[in-house]
Amino acid sequence: MSAASLGLWTVPIAVLGGAIRVSTPFLFVSLGELVTEKSGRINLGLEGTLIMGAMSGFGVAYLTGSPWLGVLAAGMVGVIFGALHAAICSLPRVNDIAVGIALMIFGIGLAFYLGKPLVQPRAPTLPALPLGFWSDIPQVRAALQVNALFIVGLVFTPVLSWALANTRWGLIVRMVGDSSEAARALGYSPIRVRLYATCFGGFMAGVGGSFLSLYYPGSWNEGLSSGQGITAVALVIFARWNPVACFGASLLFGGAGALGPALQAVGVTSGTYLLNAAPYFLTLLILVLSSSSRRRVAGAPGELSVTK
Amino acid sequence: MSGAFTLEAAGMSKRFGALAALDNVSMRVEAGAVHALLGENGAGKSTLVKCIMGFYRADQGSLLLDGAEAEVRNPRDASLLGLGMVYQHFTLVPSMTVLENLVMARADTPAVIDWRHERRRLSAFIATMPFGAPLDTPVHGLAAGEKQKAEILKQLYLGARFLILDEPTSVLTPQEADEMLGMVRDMARAMRLSALLITHKFREVLAYADAVTVLRKGRLAGSGKVADLTVDQMAAMMIGEDRPAAAVERSAAAPGPVRLAVENLTADDADGAEAVRGVSLAVRGGEIVGIAGVSGNGQSELVETLAGQRDATGGRILVEGELYGATRAETQRHHLALLPEEPLRNGCVGRMSVAENMAIRNFDRPPISAGFWLSTGAMREAARGLIQRYRVKTPGPDAPIASLSGGNVQRAVLARELGGDAHILIAANPVFGLDFAAVADIHSQIVAARNRGAAVLLVSEDLDELLDLSDRLLVISEGRIVLETPAAAADRTAIGRAMAGH
Repeated sequence: MSAASLGLWTVPIAVLGGAIRVSTPFLFVSLGELVTEKSGRINLGLEGTLIMGAMSGFGVAYLTGSPWLGVLAAGMVGVIFGALHAAICSLPRVNDIAVGIALMIFGIGLAFYLGKPLVQPRAPTLPALPLGFWSDIPQVRAALQVNALFIVGLVFTPVLSWALANTRWGLIVRMVGDSSEAARALGYSPIRVRLYATCFGGFMAGVGGSFLSLYYPGSWNEGLSSGQGITAVALVIFARWNPVACFGASLLFGGAGALGPALQAVGVTSGTYLLNAAPYFLTLLILVLSSSSRRRVAGAPGELSVTK
Repeated sequence: MSGAFTLEAAGMSKRFGALAALDNVSMRVEAGAVHALLGENGAGKSTLVKCIMGFYRADQGSLLLDGAEAEVRNPRDASLLGLGMVYQHFTLVPSMTVLENLVMARADTPAVIDWRHERRRLSAFIATMPFGAPLDTPVHGLAAGEKQKAEILKQLYLGARFLILDEPTSVLTPQEADEMLGMVRDMARAMRLSALLITHKFREVLAYADAVTVLRKGRLAGSGKVADLTVDQMAAMMIGEDRPAAAVERSAAAPGPVRLAVENLTADDADGAEAVRGVSLAVRGGEIVGIAGVSGNGQSELVETLAGQRDATGGRILVEGELYGATRAETQRHHLALLPEEPLRNGCVGRMSVAENMAIRNFDRPPISAGFWLSTGAMREAARGLIQRYRVKTPGPDAPIASLSGGNVQRAVLARELGGDAHILIAANPVFGLDFAAVADIHSQIVAARNRGAAVLLVSEDLDELLDLSDRLLVISEGRIVLETPAAAADRTAIGRAMAGH
């Protein structure tokens, strides 16, 4: 098959490539949030963390010349935001959702303020692996330029799944999230476990943010995130708190996000805006379909404030 | 050190602000004994136990284990000393399996868990026990009796040689209770452990305990060997001078026509699983129909469906022969009264006043409603009348109802529901957690409603309450009515077996 005769195959190939690209921030944010929610807290501030991660990752990569140092810095900023959320939530009579919304707005505002001088410069970007080397079709090669962070996420997904079932820390997180009474009776401090779990969630969201500024789109500006941070929170619920399902859901959302650009590439121009809204439609649709007025969400951690 | 040891609490006191929850209480539990701790709610039983277990620091007094003074600063210390407690509300993690729960309970859980090794270790431990537990079932999938056994296993696996059981039989069938207490007693006889049994059931004290300590209002009211005491003596220690009012006699009139009928009703629980599976029943005027069952067998969902809090998935409800959809208009027209379980949560608005809560059924009608406006004067007036008639202890009609004690919230809701001449009364666990005086009072009101010709459906987890009050008794198990019997001729064993689903 030559490139010219590819025809309509262009669309699924472009969607696949787009899915891998677009899903990476979803994957990182949702795996982090999964751990936070497993511990019985929900952190809606991850949108702010994501954008702070994008800004600081870009800034550090620009200053040091190393994109990986940028990723690390983005993660550390995420840890600080996670710790802030956890610290405020550990005070009595504080609602984690309200704190999350406040931190989301705070993070976005702070990133825009500190990131003003970073709008013009260019920073080194993260590497990608040419997994399409076996094909001579340029579209396939382009689609299979798989970025390094996606591969990190791909490897980390089963590791997290295993850790939640087979390590002391995994079981402590689940225990605190399902019955803080039981955890306390065994001498574990739910507040401390949730602090670590929220910091971890922040770290992952920061790394997810650095992907936006250091790989795709690959620059820093104020329109960088289109709500990936908040969508990822919904995605965790859709994935029923299962890491492997989170991976699949991230790809699904990524594919939906890539659908609009892919169709434009083959000349479908009508309804562009509608197609670009596909991920949001998908979010709404999934939440409606998976909700019920009669029952609780199956598999939800027992201590989670939204499902309690 | 292994095997049972003696425990002595000497002169323990604990104050919370102005309240003396525990006032110079001493208790001695012999090695290898089953010791009962009796008392009403609020008598100080849990405060004493929490001081022993290190949840609280006692203000005064000391704890002696095998005669040596021991310092317990927190539950971890207690666990290291061999003290283990089985709580009324289970402390197993519902979504985790029994195996996961038991492994996590160990103080030295390794960072990476070798499940094969842990399973072998646990199986070997369980082989030395008189009972087992399904290791790979998530705890939320266990019956209450199995959960209780898993809790006890957990404590013994942790090395507990002194077991405190807090109201352990409240969620069990009579057979499960007998089996569990029998096993505890046998282990005590074998000097493997000593046990402290917190309870208010004399039957269990007589059958399983060697000695008893009775608390009343935070003080020691008496103690002794069970063999030397009668039930009347123990009851007198427990209640003291507050004799309950004489019970209302049941009138012997024949039941009237069917007022409440349920036909093939089905409903789901909060997780979407079918909880009520085709229940049919009929309640006549002047009759109390009791529904017995272990908690979690569809009773809550049945009552919620009758109350209109939950949608039925099938079947129908008939009131006075008419289809009933639990709308406000229908409830008012048929004079249907409802006393839900946990009335503060299910039947009240906690921050609203007693008067407002008492007007919830009729504030939209005269005299309280005067066109567009509410007449707060009429509301208070009506509330004062109900407060007096039903002896609700409240600072006044304007106090928030959440500030009242449990028994008085229950009385206030009962006053509201029965005040408007109820034709049908649905009551769920109406005396749960109340003291003797409140229990007697509320039982009298329910019987009086029956004598006036109301149809009463009484759902309760307390079999003794049901046998005392009901004319007819139904047993519910796994969402189905599995037994019907006249209460006068009821056979405890048959009821217990039906409750367990046999």
